[in-house]
Parts: sequence; C-alpha cells; structure tokens
Amino acid sequence: MALTKKIELKKNALGRLVPAAVNSRKQVPYKGIGEHDPEGRRAAPPIFSAKDYPENGDKRVGSLDEALEACGLSDGMTVSTHHHFRNGDLVGNELIDACARLKKKDLMWFPSASFPCHAPVIQHMEKGIVERIEGSMNGPLGDYCTDGKMRGLGVLRSHGGRWQAIQDGEVHIDIAVIAAPCADAFGNANGVNGPAACGSLNFALADSLYADRVIVVTDHLVPFPAIPWQIQGNNVDCVVEVEKIGDPAKIVSGTTEVTKSPDRLLLAELVARFIRDAGIMRDGFSFQAGAGGTALAFVVYLKEMMKKAGVKARFVRGGSTKVLVQMLDEGLCDYILDGQTFDLDGVASMRDNPRHVATSPFTSYNYHGKGFFGTFVDAVVLGATEVDVHFNANVVTHSDGRLLHGIGGWQNCLFSGCTILAVPAVRDRIPVIVDEVTTLTGPGELIDVIATERGIAINPRRKDLLDAVKGKGLPVRDIRDIQREVYQLCGGKPKPPKRGKDVVAVVKWVDGTILDSVWKVAR
Amino acid sequence: MAKIGEAGRRGESVRSDCWVRFEPAPRGGLKLDVKTKVEAMYGDAVRAYCLKVLAGLGVKNAAVTIEDYGALEFVLAARIEAAVKRAGLGAGKFFLPEPGPGFKAVTARERFRRSRLYLPGNEPKFFLNAALHEPDGVILDLEDSVAPAEKDAARILVRNALRAVDFGRSERMVRINQGERGLEDVAAVVPQNVHLILIPKAEKGDQIKTVHAEAERTRKTAGLKQPCFLMPIIESARGCFAALDIATASRNVVALTIGLEDYTADIGAQRTLEGHESLWARQVVVNAARAAGVTPIDTVFSDVSDMEGLRKSVQEAKGLGFEGKGCIHPRQVPVVHEAFAPSPEEIEKAKRIVLAFESAEKQGLGVVALGSKMIDPPVVKRALRTVKMAEALGLLASGWRKES
Repeated sequence: MALTKKIELKKNALGRLVPAAVNSRKQVPYKGIGEHDPEGRRAAPPIFSAKDYPENGDKRVGSLDEALEACGLSDGMTVSTHHHFRNGDLVGNELIDACARLKKKDLMWFPSASFPCHAPVIQHMEKGIVERIEGSMNGPLGDYCTDGKMRGLGVLRSHGGRWQAIQDGEVHIDIAVIAAPCADAFGNANGVNGPAACGSLNFALADSLYADRVIVVTDHLVPFPAIPWQIQGNNVDCVVEVEKIGDPAKIVSGTTEVTKSPDRLLLAELVARFIRDAGIMRDGFSFQAGAGGTALAFVVYLKEMMKKAGVKARFVRGGSTKVLVQMLDEGLCDYILDGQTFDLDGVASMRDNPRHVATSPFTSYNYHGKGFFGTFVDAVVLGATEVDVHFNANVVTHSDGRLLHGIGGWQNCLFSGCTILAVPAVRDRIPVIVDEVTTLTGPGELIDVIATERGIAINPRRKDLLDAVKGKGLPVRDIRDIQREVYQLCGGKPKPPKRGKDVVAVVKWVDGTILDSVWKVAR
Repeated sequence: MAKIGEAGRRGESVRSDCWVRFEPAPRGGLKLDVKTKVEAMYGDAVRAYCLKVLAGLGVKNAAVTIEDYGALEFVLAARIEAAVKRAGLGAGKFFLPEPGPGFKAVTARERFRRSRLYLPGNEPKFFLNAALHEPDGVILDLEDSVAPAEKDAARILVRNALRAVDFGRSERMVRINQGERGLEDVAAVVPQNVHLILIPKAEKGDQIKTVHAEAERTRKTAGLKQPCFLMPIIESARGCFAALDIATASRNVVALTIGLEDYTADIGAQRTLEGHESLWARQVVVNAARAAGVTPIDTVFSDVSDMEGLRKSVQEAKGLGFEGKGCIHPRQVPVVHEAFAPSPEEIEKAKRIVLAFESAEKQGLGVVALGSKMIDPPVVKRALRTVKMAEALGLLASGWRKES
C-alpha cells in the first residue's frame, strides 16, 4: 500500500505542505505566480508511417477489446478518456471494463474529468486493475479517494494543467480512447453531429496529439470525411463502432434553465452591476460565462444592461448555453469562443454558426505556451466552495476536507483581467469566508473580487477597481467585515480545518508545481 | 408512559433545518445524539447549544436524537422546544435565543408598504436572506402556508426568528391564524417586537377589536412602547360589505388589503388574469381604506416567472388607487417597487405643479395656475404626494427646487 509508505513533505511558497514526490515522480512545490521556469523540450509520440495503416483509410476493428490489444495494452499503462459527455458518459466505464476483461492490472486512468457515473471504476480499483486516477474526482470516486482507499495518489489538474502535463511529458498517455459523437472510418471525429452530439471534442485534442496510440469509439459512423474534423484521423490508430457511447439526456440538457433561487439571482444581478459600473462593460469587451447558478444568471442581467447602454462584446467565452447563443444571434457579441457546450441550442449553434468556435485547452488555457487567451478575457465569474480573508480560494473540497469538485478551467480563468468569485456568504450555516481554506486551489493574488449576497469585497491589490466603483452605489465592503457578519449569523468562529496525516491527492498549479495536498479524512 | 415528541424535518433534501426526536426518561440524565452536516466547523458548538436549550426548558432526563442539516441556532432551539412540548414536557417554559442585531428595529405609522414578502412560517431556510431583497415588509406567515399539524412548531420558529434574524429595514409582519388560534399566535409573537399583524378572513370590526385588545395587552405586559399595527385582509363577500367597519375598528389599523384566492372562491367565481370578477371588491377595499385614512394594498401576483405580467398588474393596481402589492417571491420586490415609483414624466409634471403652487402661496394667490391652465387643489395634493415619494425613493434630489 502506497499510503503506508512515509511520504516526504515540503512547504511550498504559500506555506502548504506538499509531497516531494508523487507516484514515484519528483515534484516541484509551488513557487509563486510566474516563478517557475520550465526546462527541456516538449514530449512527442513516436514517428509513425502511413505504410503501416490501411491505404483505403478504413481503420475499423471489431471491438474495443480488439482495438486495445492491437494498441498493445499492457500492465501499468496510462489510459485516458474525456468528459465531454459529462455524467452521460458510457465510454470511460467501457474502457475500464475492457481492461478488466483483458486481465490487465495497475493501470493509471487519466480522464479529463470523472463524474458520478464512473462509480463502477471503484470495483476495478479494488481488484487492482486501476491503480489510481489522475483527474478530477467527485461523488463516489471523490469519497473513495478521500477515504484513502486509492492505491496511488490522486492528481488534480486544471484543463490547462492537463494539457501542460501532457505536452511537458509529466504524463505520458499510452492509449487514448476518444468517444466521438460522429466519426469516419479513418478516425476523423467531431462532437456536433450524431445522437450523442455534445459540441466540442477538444478536451481530447492533446491526447490525440501526444498519446502513443489513439482509439476513436463512435455510435455514428459517416463516410469520409467527418466534418468538421475536430480530431484528425491522421493521429488515430483504430476506429470502433458501438451501439451507444453516451446517454444524450445526461450529456446536454434540452434547454438550460436559469436558476430560480432568489439569493443567486440577487447575487447575479450584483455581479452584472459590478461589471457594468467598474467600467469593464464597454464596447469590444469580453467575458466568460458558465452554466451553473450565478455563473450563468449574471449574463441574463448583463445582457439587458448591454442592450440599454448599446454596448457589444467582441467575444464571450463559454460554457455556452441558449443564453449565449441568443446574445450571438442578437448581435450582442461577435464570437462565442466555446470550451464546452451545455445544451442543444449551444450544440446547434456550434455546428451551424461559424462565429461559434470550439476552442481547445491549448488556445484558451495552457500556461506552457506562447501565451493563452484566458489572460485577456476582461472578466470571468466563477464559483468556489471556500475563500479566505486573503482572497485565496478552494474549489475542490468541502469544509470537511472531502473531494467535491474538479478544478475544470477554474485555475486557468484566474488570469483574466478581472476575476470575480460569486459565492453565497452562508450555505446552510457554513460560512464561505474563512481564515484559511481547507484546500488551496487558487492563490489570492489572482482573485480580484469576491461577490456575495451580503456585499462585494475587492482585493486591496486592485486599487483601480476600488476607485472605479467608488460612488456607484454598490455594496463594497471589507472582506473581514462580511466575514464578521457571517460568523455572527452562524454562531461564532468555526473550528479551523483539521489536516489529516496522510496525503491522498495533490492539487497542481497551472505550471505543474504542487499548490496543495488533499488529506485523508476519517469517516 | 412517556410520550415521544418529534419535530422538524429530515431527509437528503432538507436544508437549514433539523429533525429532533425527544424521548423523556424517568432518570439517567440526558443522552444527546447529534449528527450534523456542519460537524467539521460547528459540531461541538451544536452539541453545547442543544444542551443549553434543553436545560433552559427544564429537561433533566431524556434521550434526544438530532439530525442537523445546517440549522442556525434559533432553528435548533425552536425544533427542540417543539419536540419537548409535543412530548408533553416544558409546559409554560420556553427558550429564547439571543436577540440579533435587528431585534430593536422600529417602524412608523406612515411609511412605504409597497411590497410585503410572504415567508412560510415553518421554512427556516427562507428567513436569513429575506431582508437582503429589501421588501418594505416581511411577513412571517403562520396561516395558509403552514400545515395544520405544524402550527405549534411554526409559532415557536417564528417567535425565535423575530428575535434572532435581522430583517433589516423591512417592517416585521406576522400573519396570524383565524379565531382563537390567532389570538394565541399574537400572545406568542408580539413580545418579540412584531411591527404589524395581518389579520386573515376579516369579516367584521369586532374581529379586529379582539386582536387589537390582545396585541395591546401583550405589548404592555412585555413593556414595548411601540403599538403593534394591524392590516386586516378582506377575503370574502361579507368582508367587502364590512370593509369600512373593519378599517376603522382600531386606531392601529394602518392598511387594508385583499386576498383574491379566497374571495373568488367565496363568490363562486374563477380567478382570471383580467380580474373582472374581483374589480368591485378591489375598489371596495380602496374606497374603504381611503375613507378610513389607511393605505389600500393589493393582493399577490401568483405567477413568479411572469415579471411582465407582474409589472402590468402593479400598474393596474396603482391605477385603481392601491399603494402596495403582496410578493410571494423575492425577485418580485424590485419589479413592484419600480412599477409603483412615479415615472420621470409624472415627476416632471408634479414638480411644475408644486412649484406653481408654492409660488402662488408666496404671492398670496388663492388660485394655482400653470401657464393658462388652472390647477385644482386635489391635483396639487397628488403632485405633492408624487414629489414626496420621488424624494424618498432617491429619484429626485432634495434640493431640486434650486435647480428648477
């Protein structure tokens, strides 16, 4: 058992204790924003030759098992899948089941994110088929990891961080399995057509470029060419046709409902007013929107404010939904640069409107590139489970230390012109502003605004924002003042988070250094 | 044989509430078993508080099981008290939580009552943030939104909420039950600084007088200086015919309102969006209120997703003479306020009339004229009211006369 081994811990630049090595690989503790200089050259797959692939372009094989064998699946390998089907994914489980049928063991599963639907992987971890998961874990998998039952250490990365880890060679993918809503026999694939249409396949793009072997699994095979080829067949080894790759009802919603929660709507309106009154909402600006709660609802208010002021955005960064599509259709923005698509309106728009563009973690998020556009999005609105009085935030664990969410693009978005965390000040007696976050996921120096229904706290580093909203009638308050009020409501100062003895997972920063550890929690 | 008392709610979907099972015992002290969602942060604090509440209720021997879903202290206290009383103990005793920062808030006879937000009296999760939506009044409802079997528990919860929850600048209102139970409600909640009592199913003046007497008695016993204002709700044909009697039954009546669900049922009509069936009743309420010198307030608008419909409904109510509307969702509050606010055109016109009136007064003229038009005194009166409202809402700076 890996966990009974003594793990050497080091203090990083923010004082968090992190392992010196993770899964036998030496690690660099977090050094500060922009303090780490990467060295060496990017990773690359072997050189292949067209002579080894069918001249007629037909790479179909009979089953996933056959494909895995053809790709040389063996013990200890790293296999990957992707989360563009979210909780409706069938391929992640099918891959691990196939590995079990082929009697392989000690595999590393490297999903771009896992969902509660992947709970069956737990049995395969119990049996030793999967040694560990590197990727976000929540629900039953999150509990399994937090309980300290996973053999290897979990590694949590942002979407940009996953690209960085792959291209930097920190993670070498032996076999990538890409679920494709539409594909041709050569392996070209997209997410905009077919019964399991989800929008973009770009969470799998790095895997298609850097993995040794690539398998495309589809339930909607079309004659060459499958256009658009979001995944290029030139990187694909085998194509497997199956009955069903995902549950459409759980992949995207028919239509995204804006939250009805009065408190979230109040907060969303406050956030929109902030973006307007701080002068961020101006002709040609840009912002990021999400699909959940406040991260979507603020767009509804901002949209009305833009119309009233006659202001148009150059682009909106999605998480796209019907709400963003309407903005595009009404001419309130020139482009949607889409990371993932949450409803059928979004999928149709990406398919039919050339101004609705599928972006990859490389263009939007990768820190180890020659820039990324996330740094020049004017405003992003994100959530968090906890923040502290120094504006540090936690997005992966609950206050009880249990894994709750993945990082997603959250860390990468922090580099925007104005990062706003929209969080309820109290969640069922849990105060959101604490003295010290349970798990540090985002350094406070990148977090500009914490907006709650009880007031807006602006990071003192952002004097420009403080000046910009002066006299605008916004409820701007000192973060400690909001904290005091909420502590009073909740019945006093809470007990500080208890740090466990055993590390069960680590949180990577966007440059591959280790930002914090997740500790085992006793039930 | 000891009776087991249970109170509160349990289950995965429960939030900001708790469930309490209380089993009295002849001896053996207190056995407290608490499972709480906030264990990591407040587990010890929750246990200590529960013991304090039980001690306050005079309980010495019992087995108490609590499932806590993030209930605030005033909720924990209320649920424990309800369970203890349902077990037949703690008679005449109660445990009052520490008063919160808004406990001493005051109100005034004359004030805005444009929006009043209904909060179901047995749903603690809606209490905490209600005032953040800035309704003119919050109504902790003990009547229709509370199931008959939960009336006792809701009364304790509302009493505790009035002490502990900060309702900010909102007027602190309670809708009591009908009849005898309503008078018990008054006795239980009035000592906790209730600003206004809504009296349901008002059908005659005596009903109002009885509530008035009980509220005054309780207030004086509790040593409260401020009267507890009353807002009768007309909800029947009989109520309509007694409207003036009701509105003038007590000096503490400050507003008269109408409940259309019950009214339409009472007259055997369907409630429609157009509302022809209730036009007469609404006009009766406006006229009775005006005759009595109190504020006429309209019913609720029940489609919470139709903000445009709400806006129109408020404009229509304003046209009939109403000055307030009931809200069943916090997001209705800003729409109601906006629709009751005078429009820029109305403000401009009112300003001109007020200036003309003031200059006529200064010159000792008996007649006010604007250009070639004579302005009648009621028009001046209405303009003065519009300007006063615009000033109060910040739509008009108080020094506007100098700029004009």
